[in-house]
Amino acid sequence: MTTATVGTVETTYREAMREAIREALREDDRVFLMGEDVGMYGGCFAVSLGLLEEFGPERVRDTPLSESGFVGAGIGAAIAGMRPIVEIMTVNFSLLALDQILNNAATLLHMSGGQVSVPLVIRMTTGAGRQLAAQHSHSFEGWYAHIPGIKVIAPATLEDARGMLWTALQDPDPVLLFEHGSLYNMSGPLAEDAGHVDIQRAVVRRPGRDLTLVSYGGSLSKTLDAAETLAADGVEAEVLDLRSLRPLDDETIMESVRRTHRAVVIDEGWRSGSLSAEVSARITEQCFFDLDSPVERVCSAEVPMPYAKHLEEAALPQPEAVVAAVRRVVG
Amino acid sequence: MSRGQAVAARPPGPVTESHRASLLRGMTAIRLFEERCVELYSAGMIRGFLHVAIGEEAVAVGVMQALTDDDSIVSTYREHGHAIARGVPMDSVMAEMYGKVTGCSRGRGGSMHLFDVGRGFYGGNAIVGGGLPLAVGLALADKMQGRPGVTVCFFGDGAYAEGEFHECVNLAALWQLPVLFACENNLYAMGTALHRAQAETDLALRAASYGITAWPVDGMDVLAVEKASRRAVDRIRNGGGPCFLELRTYRFRAHSMYDPDRYRDKAEIARWRERDPIDLLVRQMTDDGELRGEDLDAMTAEVATEIDLAVAAAEAAPLEPVEDLTRFVYSEAEVH
Repeated sequence: MTTATVGTVETTYREAMREAIREALREDDRVFLMGEDVGMYGGCFAVSLGLLEEFGPERVRDTPLSESGFVGAGIGAAIAGMRPIVEIMTVNFSLLALDQILNNAATLLHMSGGQVSVPLVIRMTTGAGRQLAAQHSHSFEGWYAHIPGIKVIAPATLEDARGMLWTALQDPDPVLLFEHGSLYNMSGPLAEDAGHVDIQRAVVRRPGRDLTLVSYGGSLSKTLDAAETLAADGVEAEVLDLRSLRPLDDETIMESVRRTHRAVVIDEGWRSGSLSAEVSARITEQCFFDLDSPVERVCSAEVPMPYAKHLEEAALPQPEAVVAAVRRVVG
Repeated sequence: MSRGQAVAARPPGPVTESHRASLLRGMTAIRLFEERCVELYSAGMIRGFLHVAIGEEAVAVGVMQALTDDDSIVSTYREHGHAIARGVPMDSVMAEMYGKVTGCSRGRGGSMHLFDVGRGFYGGNAIVGGGLPLAVGLALADKMQGRPGVTVCFFGDGAYAEGEFHECVNLAALWQLPVLFACENNLYAMGTALHRAQAETDLALRAASYGITAWPVDGMDVLAVEKASRRAVDRIRNGGGPCFLELRTYRFRAHSMYDPDRYRDKAEIARWRERDPIDLLVRQMTDDGELRGEDLDAMTAEVATEIDLAVAAAEAAPLEPVEDLTRFVYSEAEVH
């Protein structure tokens, strides 16, 4: 068997996501994109730029500012045979549609005794770092990961931005896809034949022997930066990218922690009642006797996200805080 | 699950039965079924919340006359009547309220969440207004896939106050979707009278402001409801865009079994009872020589027997094994 040399192209997270949507629209007549300013405007973050011209207004459908209405319409359309991709501009706005996401999308299959499945993908921007203040910057993916009946994924790399959407659209159940706003301009090489990827497994982004850093989404690059700093001091941190926030890939997390005996969880959500709390609890439940120190967490400060740059930076998990937490854990 | 398997959207009856007799049978079935539910609730056989539609039967039966197997229905938590009028077997509705696995939602939904997708019945929704976006989406899918279906969404005057109602009427109008907005205005959102919740109580007038056809209907007159529904559904099916019917009706009993009904005047209830939709039709048919006392008695007895059988079947039916608790949180088979 010969290995063909596959070239790479320089691309961005935004372009990779757009290519994923384009592929879905091209390959499956049931797919359509719906949301605020996805068409004429080209998407609030320019993800869908050009798609209206390519696919027309039926399949790249601008909506009024009616989050509950159009998210619920996506649910209804999914039930009746379509494969909608619904875009919500930011995670804070998704709260206006939380009723539909929780009480309908996540619930209908079970409540109907298995009759009503909802094959829907909802994409939204999450996270801080762009000085957008307290109503555009939060990280509620952990809340969504609390809800049985939906799946929650967070692409943190170009490969995942390109490959997760298709797999999510094949899923018979609702999938929420969180795109961290600071990632859209991330650029790098992507294999020319980059394609579909799984949406269940956590992956090791950097191998290491001394401890496990568990992260996802917008915090992954900061965590990798911290690991680089630590390596210079002789601490080899293993960096895990959760990728799927619900379900959590316990197997991959625990396999790593059982090798390294230490863990720090990095999560841009608030600490109390958070995804980081869930990961930490599971490690304690499943790896208690393998641990050499308590699990640490690095989360956002428990404040509404402030506008001023220095305050926002202080509120967010930063590589320095990760390094400091690691020092406490490694001793 | 594929659609278009619905049985005839009318209650069963002898083939020789006149149309008005079949409407009467349909309303009687709902009335007696609901009365039995109240008894069974009091006896502790049905639990949870129970909202009966006694007094509102003409709306359910009248609207269903306009629908075909291609059509979809989204309903509220007061939906037994809608389900029965659509042809969901009483057996499976009663078993659902008994929490049995033979129930139309395997006992997972109860009174407020009856589902029968094979008959295009997409649920009782217990979040007021929460079914409206679903209905818009079902209609959007029908339109995008070139299917002939119309989606009827039942909701009440209470849901009219929700933002979702206004979002959804606008969306359906903007996209010219095949939706019939069937507003059951029974004058009370639980205990809050319409005039205490809405500055302008003419609901059809306000709905028309979204650029759709809307008009009020006497919701106690089943023939008027049928006529209006046929007119609306024909218009929608022929590409005329969504319609809104304000079906003016009244519930004779309290909001739910927990409700002491302190907020309504007894005289008001008595006045509405004079316009009981079943009595109205019986009087018309009797006056026209279409119904004799013995016919009415025989039909009532047949319906009562059917309900007896439904209750007996529900009592005898098995419970879902507890091991199946977590089934259907996620799909068990790929959807293609």
